[in-house]
Amino acid sequence: MKKVLLMVAVLALVAAACGGDDDAVSAASCEAGQVDGNLNFYNWSEYIDPELIEAFEAEYGVDVIESFYESNEAMLAQLQSGVSYDLIVPSDYMVAIMIQEGLLVELNKDAIPNFANMAERFTTQPYDNGAKYSAAYQYGTTGLGVNVSLVGEDFPRSWALLFDPALTANFPGGVSVLNDPRETMGAALEYLGYSINDTDIDHLNEAVAVIQAAKANIATFDSDQYDEALVTGQVAVSHGYSGNMILAIGDADNPDDFVYILPEEGATLWVDNMAIPTNSAAVCTAHAFINFLLDAENGAALTNWNYYASPNAASTPFIDQEVNDFNAEADTAKLEVIVDQGDYEINYTDAFAEAKS
Amino acid sequence: MSPTELQESPTDVVEVATPKLERDARRADARRGFLIASPSLFYLILFFAIPLGIVFVYSFATRSSTGLTLLEGWNLDSYRRLWDPLVGEIAFRSLLLATTTTAICLLVSYPLAYYMATRTARTRTILFVLVMIPFWSNFLVRTYAWRVLLGTEGPISQISEALGGDPIRILFTNTAVLIGLVYGFLPFMVLPLYASLERMDWSLIEAGRDLYATGWTAFRKITLPISMPGVIAGSILVFIPTLGAYVTPAILGGARTTLLGDYIVSQFLAARNQPFGSALSFAVLAVMLVATIIYFRSGARNL
Repeated sequence: MKKVLLMVAVLALVAAACGGDDDAVSAASCEAGQVDGNLNFYNWSEYIDPELIEAFEAEYGVDVIESFYESNEAMLAQLQSGVSYDLIVPSDYMVAIMIQEGLLVELNKDAIPNFANMAERFTTQPYDNGAKYSAAYQYGTTGLGVNVSLVGEDFPRSWALLFDPALTANFPGGVSVLNDPRETMGAALEYLGYSINDTDIDHLNEAVAVIQAAKANIATFDSDQYDEALVTGQVAVSHGYSGNMILAIGDADNPDDFVYILPEEGATLWVDNMAIPTNSAAVCTAHAFINFLLDAENGAALTNWNYYASPNAASTPFIDQEVNDFNAEADTAKLEVIVDQGDYEINYTDAFAEAKS
Repeated sequence: MSPTELQESPTDVVEVATPKLERDARRADARRGFLIASPSLFYLILFFAIPLGIVFVYSFATRSSTGLTLLEGWNLDSYRRLWDPLVGEIAFRSLLLATTTTAICLLVSYPLAYYMATRTARTRTILFVLVMIPFWSNFLVRTYAWRVLLGTEGPISQISEALGGDPIRILFTNTAVLIGLVYGFLPFMVLPLYASLERMDWSLIEAGRDLYATGWTAFRKITLPISMPGVIAGSILVFIPTLGAYVTPAILGGARTTLLGDYIVSQFLAARNQPFGSALSFAVLAVMLVATIIYFRSGARNL
């Protein structure tokens, strides 16, 4: 399946070489609440409450045409092949790439008065410092799911749960680690006290040694079934993404046996963001939609529907207690976004391949 | 009759017309052949040759610092990186796994194929269907089933526990990968072997035995050489897919060691380094092609 997607992506990239759109669009003339046509909304699947879409259509008298993608790369390829969209939802690192490639419209904050509701954390991220081109949509974390009945109540809230062999040797079934170079090399770097975005090759080699030393108790490198492996008791600790982990724990036969924690050394923060491509034909409608979702109650409706954490600080009182509890820890934890490191990315991938050797 | 006489004879007209007719017939034949082959030809060009060409072109391209592929500044850097010790290590590991899998498949399949080929026609058909049955369900589904069988909840572990031992988890080990690969590719070895043994003229063995050959000598000098095309075809059918195996090591081995398949995928999805990923893919393909040609040639000489 991945190969097929890859082929599609490759073909799309070839098509992209023939296309291209240089029209510079200005958002400066848009006013708050102004619409200039229907909204072509390109989003991840299952990521927005259909009722929110209907409410926007009714309020502004425009149609929202939804299309969906499964990966940032697929979205980029589609955009570069010349298809026009008015609003997209790229993840953090992709925002940085798209800004660098000149594919995003600078937002006109005057047309988004609700931007004041945005939590400060999401306006100072390295991928778009000052949130000039993007407005956070939803966010999540990468942390650890722990089976308390196997590990015991008294465990360190640390990456040691994955990487300290003296500790993990006692875990029945061992641990599951993400099969992702940036996440896992990043976790090992944080365990050593470095940043997840550290680019010192000596530090990276130390991180390789950490994973190699821990490998005897790493049962599997898995980015798809880590949540299931945890709740079925196959592994005692599982490295994975907050959304899936929280859902799996909630659905488990004995949810009280499991907790999702963020290690004290620091963990990954990932943010999906609303942004407007330069080939948009309805820049003002896109601004109106961003403003609509940054409304306190609408932002809460979004989170109550998809269960991911909301960057909309004003929405907290309207969010279901259960969902707020799930995401409470992220508010205070030490979190860092993975920043695209250009050519150095190759080193992370090779270090990870070496660590698994 | 001299040629001049022939030309002047009444048959002359026919003699001259025949080459033309034959040429027309040949042309019509070629046209028909092309028409019959054109759907598959079109399919192969569209979905095999062109994508492969794209991979080839990309392998000379440049990765931009943002991880996009720049179709300019053509260079051989990606091919130069193939000599990196890390790549060699990964390739060697994949090679070892593919060789082991092929050898085990051959050892297990040969007696089975031999047994099948020496049964009555009715039994053969039943055995043949039995070998094919696994293909009735999806490979991915069957691989996931092995996860249950080899895990701590599986029968092997439960038998061990019932006998008072510790739970055994074969899942996420190299043994699990080997079990999964041998299981998955066994039919690809059995079928060509069976095909070559089934055609064998068994009176050759009788003749050999009449000349005082021992059973082993008769096998070595008669059966084995005759079944060689099957051995070669089966080995290639098993070796090539296991060299690039991705799904089985990930699902049953927990991706605990980096193999070629895993490494190539990570170039596309993690490093976003399409040129290097393409060069790796193409290098594997080229090596396999050359090896296959050499193997076929040497096999043909043995016949």
